[in-house]
Amino acid sequence: MADPRTASQGSTLTSSPLPSAWRIEVSRRPERDDPQGNEAREALVEAGLQATGVRLVRGLLLSPHLDRDEVEALAARFLVDPVLDSVEVIGPGEAPRERAGDHAVLVAPKPGVMDPVARTIQALFERNGVAPRQGALDVATFRVFEVQGSFEADRLLEAASRTLANPTIEDVRVDDEGLAFGLRLGRGVRGRVETSIRSLDDEGLMKLSTDGQLSLNLVEMREVRAHFAALGREPSSCELETIAQTWSEHCKHKTLCGVIEFDGEDGTERIDNLLKSTIAKATHELDKPWCLSVFVDNAGIVEFDQGQALAIKVETHNHPSAIDPYGGAGTGIGGVVRDILGAGLGAKPIANTDAFFVGPPDLPAADLPKGSMHPKRILRGVVAGVRDYGNRMGIPTIAGGVWFDEGYVANPLVYAGTVGLIPGSMAQKEVRPGDVIVSLGGRTGKDGIHGATFSSIELSEDSETSAASAVQIGDPITEKRVLDALLQARDLGLYRAVTDCGAGGYSSAVGEMGEETGAELDLSLVPLKYEGLSSDEIWISEAQERMVLAVPPDKVDALVLLCDGEDVEATILGHFTDTKRLVVKDGDEVCCDLAMSFLHDGTPRPVRQARWRTPPLEDPGAPAVGELGETLARLLRDPNTASKEWIIRQYDHEVQGASVVKPLVGEHSDGPQDGTVLRPLPDSPKGAVLGIGANPWQGALDPYAMALSSIDEALRNAVAVGADPERISILDNFSWGNCELPEELGALVLAAKACEDAALAFGTPFISGKDSLNNTYRVGDRSINIPRTLLITALGIVPDVARCVTMDLKSAGNALFLVGDTKPELGASRYLAARGLVGGTVPRPDLESAPKRLASMHNAIAQGTVRSVHDLSEGGLAVAAAEMAFAGAHGLDLDLAPIPCEAADGYDADATRLFSESTTRFLVEVEPNRIAEFERALGDAPRVRVGTVRGDQRFTVRSTAGHELADLSIADLKASFQGAFQG
Amino acid sequence: MSTATAQVRTLVVRTAGINCDAEACEAFKRAESSVDLVHLNALVADPAQLDASDILVIPGGFSYGDYVAAGRIFGRELTARLGDPLARFVARGGLVFGVCNGFQVLVELGLLEGPDADPTTRPFALTDNASARFECRWVTLEVADSACTWLEAGTSFPVPIAHAEGRFVVRDDAVLDELRAKRQIVLTYCPTPGADPRAPYNPNGSVADIAGICDPTGRVLGLMPHPERNLFPHQHPRWTRLGDREEGEGLAFFRSMVRAARDTR
Repeated sequence: MADPRTASQGSTLTSSPLPSAWRIEVSRRPERDDPQGNEAREALVEAGLQATGVRLVRGLLLSPHLDRDEVEALAARFLVDPVLDSVEVIGPGEAPRERAGDHAVLVAPKPGVMDPVARTIQALFERNGVAPRQGALDVATFRVFEVQGSFEADRLLEAASRTLANPTIEDVRVDDEGLAFGLRLGRGVRGRVETSIRSLDDEGLMKLSTDGQLSLNLVEMREVRAHFAALGREPSSCELETIAQTWSEHCKHKTLCGVIEFDGEDGTERIDNLLKSTIAKATHELDKPWCLSVFVDNAGIVEFDQGQALAIKVETHNHPSAIDPYGGAGTGIGGVVRDILGAGLGAKPIANTDAFFVGPPDLPAADLPKGSMHPKRILRGVVAGVRDYGNRMGIPTIAGGVWFDEGYVANPLVYAGTVGLIPGSMAQKEVRPGDVIVSLGGRTGKDGIHGATFSSIELSEDSETSAASAVQIGDPITEKRVLDALLQARDLGLYRAVTDCGAGGYSSAVGEMGEETGAELDLSLVPLKYEGLSSDEIWISEAQERMVLAVPPDKVDALVLLCDGEDVEATILGHFTDTKRLVVKDGDEVCCDLAMSFLHDGTPRPVRQARWRTPPLEDPGAPAVGELGETLARLLRDPNTASKEWIIRQYDHEVQGASVVKPLVGEHSDGPQDGTVLRPLPDSPKGAVLGIGANPWQGALDPYAMALSSIDEALRNAVAVGADPERISILDNFSWGNCELPEELGALVLAAKACEDAALAFGTPFISGKDSLNNTYRVGDRSINIPRTLLITALGIVPDVARCVTMDLKSAGNALFLVGDTKPELGASRYLAARGLVGGTVPRPDLESAPKRLASMHNAIAQGTVRSVHDLSEGGLAVAAAEMAFAGAHGLDLDLAPIPCEAADGYDADATRLFSESTTRFLVEVEPNRIAEFERALGDAPRVRVGTVRGDQRFTVRSTAGHELADLSIADLKASFQGAFQG
Repeated sequence: MSTATAQVRTLVVRTAGINCDAEACEAFKRAESSVDLVHLNALVADPAQLDASDILVIPGGFSYGDYVAAGRIFGRELTARLGDPLARFVARGGLVFGVCNGFQVLVELGLLEGPDADPTTRPFALTDNASARFECRWVTLEVADSACTWLEAGTSFPVPIAHAEGRFVVRDDAVLDELRAKRQIVLTYCPTPGADPRAPYNPNGSVADIAGICDPTGRVLGLMPHPERNLFPHQHPRWTRLGDREEGEGLAFFRSMVRAARDTR
């Protein structure tokens, strides 16, 4: 911690010494708008402080060795806009002039926290001849919020810590001009540190695991003890760290790959490696020739067009985002982009996806568990993190979703995905003994120590402080440099293999690359951000924006030269060997010397118990609708359904110029499109489609059905926009609760089995996945599991983007058809949720007919007979019809009478038809003179005409009995859709 | 030096954080110019590439992260490392086009004020959008009667914007008068018939709806929106509602620029 007087949360009211540094403060001139100050004011007001005005000051601390003329010249030349800004230069140890507001909130990164702005400015100054004197020229940033309004300082401190800063990584001070300057360097131990393990009993083993943040369980610790006992020596701390990183749940998927004794409703079975025996098995059985790389690399790779292939990966980044939403989500994107850069010989990122599962935006402050951030703040933070990282990288974020549920309040889920383009011939990689280990990109610092092991443990009230060092701060521009350099090096054939430095840092990257060969490297060669790291920290740091290459010795010079031209640091760390050992030195000392076989195959395979019994809940049926207008308005305002425009518009979804079906469509570009489409090759008509499916509410009732219907949803999103169902591949991302609990693991087993069954039935292979287990949160003595969450991402191909269809109604007089079967399936539906009802039958696609229906639907779209189509999902027919209407600025008449649907006790006929969430259904707009053609193209797929597009702006619904249920204005429907939380 | 009939040569310069180079290259390629994409370091090492070019393009992106201010560091780098060749290029009538971040760079460079501009007395700036947010959406641009005579005044076309700091502001009204007098206002945001009333047609609060300006000669042009992202029929956000279109409306803009570069060589 920077200052002994700062409180444990990093906030302080006490006065501290003024910094011994030049202080440059830049603010907007009084006559200029200060939008960021205004935003800060709004945030304070929202937190309950009636601030009447806030002015933002951007500050810089500079080495005291400079003289005033130099500092003023630097400020004028680089930091101040002559039209917008005014500036003040304050000497070392001097107090600033009186603040404009009644209070000043000072926020600065904690020492050691990565600060890309300071690093950029330092580099800029150095390039412009401001030479470091007496060591490094120190640059630090801070910001000051000058707040108008009179409050108790401690209330302001508390509110500012919640809204204007993140105390995990920043120091916050109120009316205290003291700022820390100069890095207090750690004194990490370099070289080998021996640890005793052979003499430890079980208690001692667990203490070692906990104290060292190894996150290894007793069985694993015993295995480690036995290994070193057999070797007749003690391990080094570096060896223990290496084992812990490699064996972490995050890296190894111990649960999915372990042995499970499953006690299900149909009997018991022993499952040896759940992943291999379900999801991966289906892929191998399907054996699609267009799958170029599945489950073995950083991403799945499938053929596309003109010799090019598509790589895709979706990652979870939950725990870091819980404690630092902005930094966590940003590095989530950064990490998955590196997965794509490290897939095969490296793919060019062409699209990002994001999916968030957070608490409800209207959660009362009193219901917020201690130590958690409010869901609104988390959502704003993760959106800003994805925005700033993705936009800066120049990768369009074109698909995603947000799900809101109280179960995510303390443990939000953040998924980030990336699609890349890669020549099909470059889908494979190979490491050969003698290849040089080269690290590319960012320098190594203390950021992200123990991220891999941290991600596998339970969050608790004090996670925020204890895990601060697990937070990584990203610098997208460094990663963009790496991208630019790497893809050129790839095309010049300058390396043989590449992987990213993710969880576990170098230890995982080098350990994985050298698994078949062996590797030897020297930590003293690693370029550091600052001195003071221990050998172990260098080895496992998760500092961002680093890639590791295997470079043939005769290509090293060319690679370094190329990187130099791109301002990218390329450093030789060692070489791959033929010893099948992982040898890590720091200078002359050997810190780690482990057999690759023990590291990668030595993990004890736990036997876990799993059990599933369907919860005995009464079926609430489908209560009668009552006032349809009110019900529909309520469902459209449900944040789960409501417009996400405030998020989508903050993402550059146009960069690279390939987006052809955007996430928002329609007359005013505000309708929620199902699947989105890119045309990545300017001379090919083919499109890449992204579709997403998830329904966490279903998981509590029927995890098997949840997985089936989530897959169905992702597929119908893709098919609805024009994807060929024969060429869709999918990804799975499980985020689950504590899998030591038989019920949770039982639910996971069922969901995985459903994935296998659906993949085989639809002919749709899984090509990649990543799971995050143990998402639990401890409040007091209760451990709470998150809702069981399975995110399915579909990557499809449209043969010709000119045939793509969007969801907005096009023309008056066109016919509306409902394709698919409507059943009394309202379990976990939004309709029941709005009434506070739990239970019922979870929608489940019929695996016989559903694949045929997708083929029929594709046929009708490919033949050009469809003007618009929307898939039916949350909110059922009613919500889909409303969305199509207001997106297209056309009213419609909807008639429920023609819709066949079996009657069931307690199921109101109209409510069932309007709000059932039965899967594999589409609402389709067809021109009157194309109806015959449309029906021919559909073949025997069930369809029924349910209405007509109107020339005016009315939305009418006629009941099964022939009464008018509603006559609504589409402007009102749209107002509901747009009336929920908008950031 | 190329002859009047030879193909126009466009040089697109990039550096760390520039990320709209692909669509910029595509635009000039489709407008039948030859295109070379070059890193600033390589251009500094061989400035003759600039001497051999007709058009210099600074694409969009977040050069150097925009960490100090949008476009500032790239602007200072160009001045410090490529100042003379750049001055030579402009003096001989080469066309300079900066789009989005490139516009911000041109402002920081001082190239839009004419020769010998002093960066510390610059009269206009690009600053935070009035919404205080990054925004990505489509708007309509109208061509003003300007020193960029190669554009047809009064025409309009749709383009996407994608920026957080695109609000054009001036020191005082006299600056605006001078920009008008010197015919430097080239493109303005204008209402789109039938557009969403919630989304202001001027997306960032720019003074006088200014989206792009040129220097007094009309040879240096900066523009916030991205015409290079509207080259093809299917890039338009409402193409499924429109009839058949041969091409995106932005392509004509680039054809005109390439033609102007050839005709005035």
